[in-house]
Amino acid sequence: MIAIIDYKLGNLGSIKNALDAINLKSVITSDINVIKKANKIILPGVGAFKKAMDNLFELNLIETIVNEIKKGKPVLGICLGMQLLFSSSEEHGLTNGLNILDGRIVRFKNNSLKIPHVGWNDLIIPSGSKLFRGLNNSYVYFVHSYHLITDNKKYLLTDSIYGYKFACAVEYKNIFATQFHPEKSGSVGLKILKNFGDL
Amino acid sequence: MLTKRIIPCLDVNNGRVVKGINFVNLIDAGDPVDCAEMYNNLGADELVFLDITASSDNRKTIIDVVRNVAKRIFIPFTVGGGIKGVNDMKAILQAGADKISINSAAVKNPDLINKGAEMFGNQCIVVAIDAKRENNLFKVYINGDRIKMDLDVIDWAKEVEKRGAGEILLTSMDNDGTKNGYDIELTKCVCEKVNIPVIASGGAGKMEDFKNILKYADAALAASLFHFKEIMISDLKDYLEDNNIPVRRI
Repeated sequence: MIAIIDYKLGNLGSIKNALDAINLKSVITSDINVIKKANKIILPGVGAFKKAMDNLFELNLIETIVNEIKKGKPVLGICLGMQLLFSSSEEHGLTNGLNILDGRIVRFKNNSLKIPHVGWNDLIIPSGSKLFRGLNNSYVYFVHSYHLITDNKKYLLTDSIYGYKFACAVEYKNIFATQFHPEKSGSVGLKILKNFGDL
Repeated sequence: MLTKRIIPCLDVNNGRVVKGINFVNLIDAGDPVDCAEMYNNLGADELVFLDITASSDNRKTIIDVVRNVAKRIFIPFTVGGGIKGVNDMKAILQAGADKISINSAAVKNPDLINKGAEMFGNQCIVVAIDAKRENNLFKVYINGDRIKMDLDVIDWAKEVEKRGAGEILLTSMDNDGTKNGYDIELTKCVCEKVNIPVIASGGAGKMEDFKNILKYADAALAASLFHFKEIMISDLKDYLEDNNIPVRRI
């Protein structure tokens, strides 16, 4: 069972629909016990960083999520859910994240770029990735205005280019994350979710 | 690198996809989910569903359409037509649409853009602008292009961006249905003045039209051209790629 964490921001139905379509059992939940019992966690994300952290705090979910991930439970952070795994974000003033991984979330800095970055980008897929197993030359769907900056070379990072190169996926021990939306990236996205489900 | 998007538009009447030119002589074109799946398989990057159901009693059928499409199609899709307030937006987004498109309602009540963007995020709010030439300017039209507003298209585009629209769907009323190509001047003007993605619409007739407009626009929308299979999306993408326009390949 995959717990899709519901922190009362945005619509989580599309992730559930995608998991249903590939026969992965999942539940949308903000219940600590359900999250603890689940064998995997998806941290989804549509909305603003600060509001998301505020909601996670109010729902008393921060400690549980951090503990479960630190204990080794596989987690997939999607879009804002990826960003939340890191130290901080500059969205709406500096806000601390879950701080499970080292890195900062910053706004795209290039005046000629349209913000948000919306649409399909090609991915540079690294070899040895579990998340991208069986994929190459793939296009995925993005909607975001902020992206990750990290100096930590331990994370297996996948890049894409929007004005400049930015990290668009992370793979480190039991932690997986994508800045793009696999649930909206057609058959490629379903394959990524399947790879996560099959871990 | 970011690719240019090709977006088929499906007109939905009482829960069925219909084909026709300018909303007359509508013929049934099948189940929305089947149509969506076909376009998805051909490599469409996104879909737009336009609810043209005349009777407000039957408006709820679009919610079922959205729910069914969301279970089977895993690319982004936008729903427009008849959305008047945040409750309409919420119902459609909760049923599984990724974005909602508003047109007349935004012109009549511009605060709706701010409210929608605050509640659901800028990326959810597409403002559709119907533009018609008048002397050397472009004017905004509403209510299925029957009512001319005393509103300049460029000014309105800038305002919707400021209010929080995530994208603009820009239709040339002059070119729509002509198959003489998109309105390059209109699209170029708007693209230069806003910093959000612009989807060009109205006038596509041949593959070259897509090449010409995608030099400026972020995405190109077409309806009958794809429905009547005059152009196949897969062929169009081959052509665009050969002409150095970046497109997503499946």
